[in-house]
Amino acid sequence: MTFDYAHLLPIVPEIAVLVLASILLLVDLWLKDEDKGTNHLIAVFGLLVVIGLTGVVGGGEREIVLSGSYIRDPMSDVLKIAVLVVSLLSFVYSRDYLRDRGLWVGEFYVLTLCAVLGMMVMISANSFLTLYLGLELLALSLYALVAFERDNPSGAEAAMKYFVLGALGSGLLLYGLSMLYGASGSLELGAVARAVAWQGADNQVLVFGLVFVVIGIGFKFGAVPFHMWVPDTYQGAPNPVVLFLGSAPKIAAFALAFRLLVDGLGQLHADWQGMLVILSVISLAVGNIVAIAQTNIKRMLAYSTISHVGFIFLGLLAGTTEGFAAAMFYAIVYALMAAGGFGLLVMMSRQGHEVERLEDLKGLNERDSWQAAMMALVMFSMAGVPPTVGFMAKLLVLDAVISIGLWWLALIAVFFSVIGAFYYLRVVKIIYFDKPEVIEPLVVGSGARVALSVTGLAILLLGLFPAALLTYCQAAFA
Amino acid sequence: MGFEKFLFYVLAATLIAAAGMVVTRRNPVHAVLFLVVAFFSSAMLWMLLEAEFLAISLVLVYVGAVLVLFLFVIMMLDVDIATLKAQFIRHLPLALVVGVIMLVEIFLVVGPGNFGGESFPNPAPQGPDYNNTRELGLLLYSSYLYPFEIAAVILLVAIVAAIRLTLRHRPDTKYLDPSKQVYVRKGPDRVQLIRVPPEPRRVPPTATPTSGVEDEA
Repeated sequence: MTFDYAHLLPIVPEIAVLVLASILLLVDLWLKDEDKGTNHLIAVFGLLVVIGLTGVVGGGEREIVLSGSYIRDPMSDVLKIAVLVVSLLSFVYSRDYLRDRGLWVGEFYVLTLCAVLGMMVMISANSFLTLYLGLELLALSLYALVAFERDNPSGAEAAMKYFVLGALGSGLLLYGLSMLYGASGSLELGAVARAVAWQGADNQVLVFGLVFVVIGIGFKFGAVPFHMWVPDTYQGAPNPVVLFLGSAPKIAAFALAFRLLVDGLGQLHADWQGMLVILSVISLAVGNIVAIAQTNIKRMLAYSTISHVGFIFLGLLAGTTEGFAAAMFYAIVYALMAAGGFGLLVMMSRQGHEVERLEDLKGLNERDSWQAAMMALVMFSMAGVPPTVGFMAKLLVLDAVISIGLWWLALIAVFFSVIGAFYYLRVVKIIYFDKPEVIEPLVVGSGARVALSVTGLAILLLGLFPAALLTYCQAAFA
Repeated sequence: MGFEKFLFYVLAATLIAAAGMVVTRRNPVHAVLFLVVAFFSSAMLWMLLEAEFLAISLVLVYVGAVLVLFLFVIMMLDVDIATLKAQFIRHLPLALVVGVIMLVEIFLVVGPGNFGGESFPNPAPQGPDYNNTRELGLLLYSSYLYPFEIAAVILLVAIVAAIRLTLRHRPDTKYLDPSKQVYVRKGPDRVQLIRVPPEPRRVPPTATPTSGVEDEA
């Protein structure tokens, strides 16, 4: 139990995020109201530094430090950088919105960075304890962020729903983890995997714990039938919070599912595969069909999230390295697409007018054709139209599912994707072929404009050259 | 061993009874007091497991601090129990069926078949000089250092979130400023005598005049 400073080297990115949050907390005290932009600059440059640090520290063989609590492997490097980039994008998108609404306070950045820290902890957790603590850190920050606009009753209502259901999900997950601990005698994922392999898959306690763990993961992902909080939270929360909540945490949820189901309980694959099949099929069905009926674009994108979660589960349940790489690719790509989609809503929202109805997008092409083109790209990508990256992501997942012989599952997924394409293309139709209600051109800050362009072009380029990201995803499971 | 077993069953029965009372009491203050009983019984159960530090901290932290706060909040809020109870009764049959099924399932899994004495034998008893608190501290600051630090960050988030969601600067709030208080000196600025003329005795009006009229009188 000796302490070696070299063990701190892999967690330098986490330490840097925490230091950044603490600096912002202090700096904010001395800033006058008109100087709050400094917070934004510190947060953005700080995140850039953390991305650099993650790249420097990362690479090489997996290492487990801090008494088995922390793991750094190729997967954690890629996922952390993805989380950081998406969070950085969401900061850039939200700048003008926060300034106009008087929400431009240091706490927004502090809470968001703590959520980022929670996600990074989850991504490189190697024990049940670290995984759970990271999850709670993320969840608590998000509850507070959803209620951030404190004079808005719908935000408070959304936060309350999110809090109650999130706490229920955490409780179920914790109960499952305690069962697994009782059956395996260890909190560390490697030791749990060895214990499971030794006991065999017919241990009643293990399977009992597994059920609760899968339900907990379902809650955190927002998979049907544990999806109730998703549309309500998305609808009630302020747009920048939805942008953050709907994008990066999906990457962390993938890490949570992978660490628990594959790193810890890989031996029970036959058991959790069946559960994930059920979750993914009903998520695809409910997500895509209910989204058609929505007139609120935030609710529509919430149901679209649910259907994308079904796809991520499809990749996971394949249980092959190919499937894991496909699911990881999908999670990262989805976070990028969600950041683009919600980012546009944030940019269009003006003082006193929250863009949330589909009609608000009418004739966007006449108001700002470049932003309209970017939004159309995002929608095509979500629908899975080639040559965008959404198509590649869906193709890889389906390929993984077919290669394990579940071709009927792939057929179901394609069927519901075709249904889902309707409401994505409806948005494109509204943008291009409907008469605008407001004629005035869109006023958008240069930072947000650049961010949306980067997102849109990344979606297009990754679709044309998927290997740029895919090789990293495949290397993570090689 | 026999007496310990007897104690265990008594405490466990108390715990379950108290927990049942917590959810069924009509008066929320009573519910909180039963929760105190439940925490005391579980603290005693931990004591039987020779986890003295945890038992004492459960009493100190939960009974001493958290439940007192609970009591404060409940006494300050006017919770309308009747409406809450109506929902409770309406869903009671379904909840009972689900609860009983869950209980049976959990008992089958957690029961003696999987967690019996033979699969989990008692650990060897420790000598009288064994310090529970010290061992716990050593573990917490060495093996569990990383989770411990994350827990600290979670507390930080709780503070930041609570302040952000509730703190409002109100200019009309009256408060003492100690840094100004220390500058008060003996002399005319410390005590100011104001001569108030005696109020003339007034006959209470028979009708109900507005307050403005009364002031002018």
